[in-house]
Amino acid sequence: MATRQVARAGLPLMNIVRMKGVPILQQLEVEECLLRTSSENWCIINDGTDKPNIVMGISGKPAELVEISPVLEDKIPVIRRFTGGGTVIVDHGTIFVSFICNKDDVADVQPYPRPIMSWSSLLYSQVFQGVTNFRLRENDYVFGHRKFGGNAQSITKNRWIHHTSFLWDYEARNMSYLRLPKRAPEYRLARDHLDFICPMKDYLSRSEFITRTIDAAESHFSVESTEFEAVKPPSNMKFTPTSRLLTNQELEAAGNTSI
Amino acid sequence: MALRIWASSTANALRLSSATGPHFSPLSRSFSSVLDGLKYANSHEWVKHEGHVATIGITHHAQDHLGEVVFVELPEAGGSVTKDTSFGAVESVKATSDINSPISGEIVEVNSKLSSTPGLINSSPYEHGWMIKVKPSNPKELEHLMGAKQYTKFCEEEDAAH
Repeated sequence: MATRQVARAGLPLMNIVRMKGVPILQQLEVEECLLRTSSENWCIINDGTDKPNIVMGISGKPAELVEISPVLEDKIPVIRRFTGGGTVIVDHGTIFVSFICNKDDVADVQPYPRPIMSWSSLLYSQVFQGVTNFRLRENDYVFGHRKFGGNAQSITKNRWIHHTSFLWDYEARNMSYLRLPKRAPEYRLARDHLDFICPMKDYLSRSEFITRTIDAAESHFSVESTEFEAVKPPSNMKFTPTSRLLTNQELEAAGNTSI
Repeated sequence: MALRIWASSTANALRLSSATGPHFSPLSRSFSSVLDGLKYANSHEWVKHEGHVATIGITHHAQDHLGEVVFVELPEAGGSVTKDTSFGAVESVKATSDINSPISGEIVEVNSKLSSTPGLINSSPYEHGWMIKVKPSNPKELEHLMGAKQYTKFCEEEDAAH
């Protein structure tokens, strides 16, 4: 049982870590380490990652999800992450927000995918209140019928992570590296990717979004800022992250697979 | 608490199960998805102990709350499991969820059908959706697990609290 840390007004403590431009693989490694080895609550915010990366969920098959030839030619890294969910291409225009929580510190939320997703949508409803028509649609954050945020989770016995990649902005040409997945949300209606997504920049600045997100977190937790350097796993820590970069050999083998 | 309605595929699976092995019967009207004769962990895994082998899977309650299972990650036979420690994961609704072993022991068999048909966990959680078979290293661990009645109450209380 995790020790509950309680601070302001009896709310559980949450450590907020703000980063900018941290490589997404490093962010994923830190998140998985915190999920599995920490007993505290965390909110990780990474304001953009350093370069374009494709990130698949735990069961992602590159042959089905990625245009292998241009990805290899343009040397786009492909990562398989430790959480479930679909495939995204992330870059400096992506804002990442991750909540890592003890289930007992969010006691009114059952530790299953849909209740956690619902909890997160309520938090982000606060963020976008008065801004535009935000909603959770199937498992995506949308403005109207266009997706601007993708979600994924990992749930352990006593803790869970819910993380989101927000398209604050994106480069249209990067979306061409992704294929239409077999399992797509119904509301996508076979739309081309660029007709399916929209950027958040039309509604909120980066700083305003991050500030509003921290404010929303403060309604559930007593937040304290922590430096990124303090959460990096020490070199002697015996924890092996499962998120990893796929090798060129793996991608080439996927490209040779007939679908 | 609303009555749980049997999925017809689960009911058929149970009739098949009772014809081929020990008889398992639904326990109560309010939680008819809990089988008598199994042991249960508070993380919603079940154990069927027969002789020197214990079969492990997740309960109907768990699969119902998880949603459609689209991927299962399991260890290999020959490895070991430790009580209350994760041995694998399922993916559903954008989430990976740990599966925790209720007991310790050596893995003697893994359900290979789940790699091609992960939905068996939803349609047949107590029979065709079994996950691993284990040779228990400490059979006394089974005594600390819940019986069907206790697990039924546990599930009702857990759902009522949210």
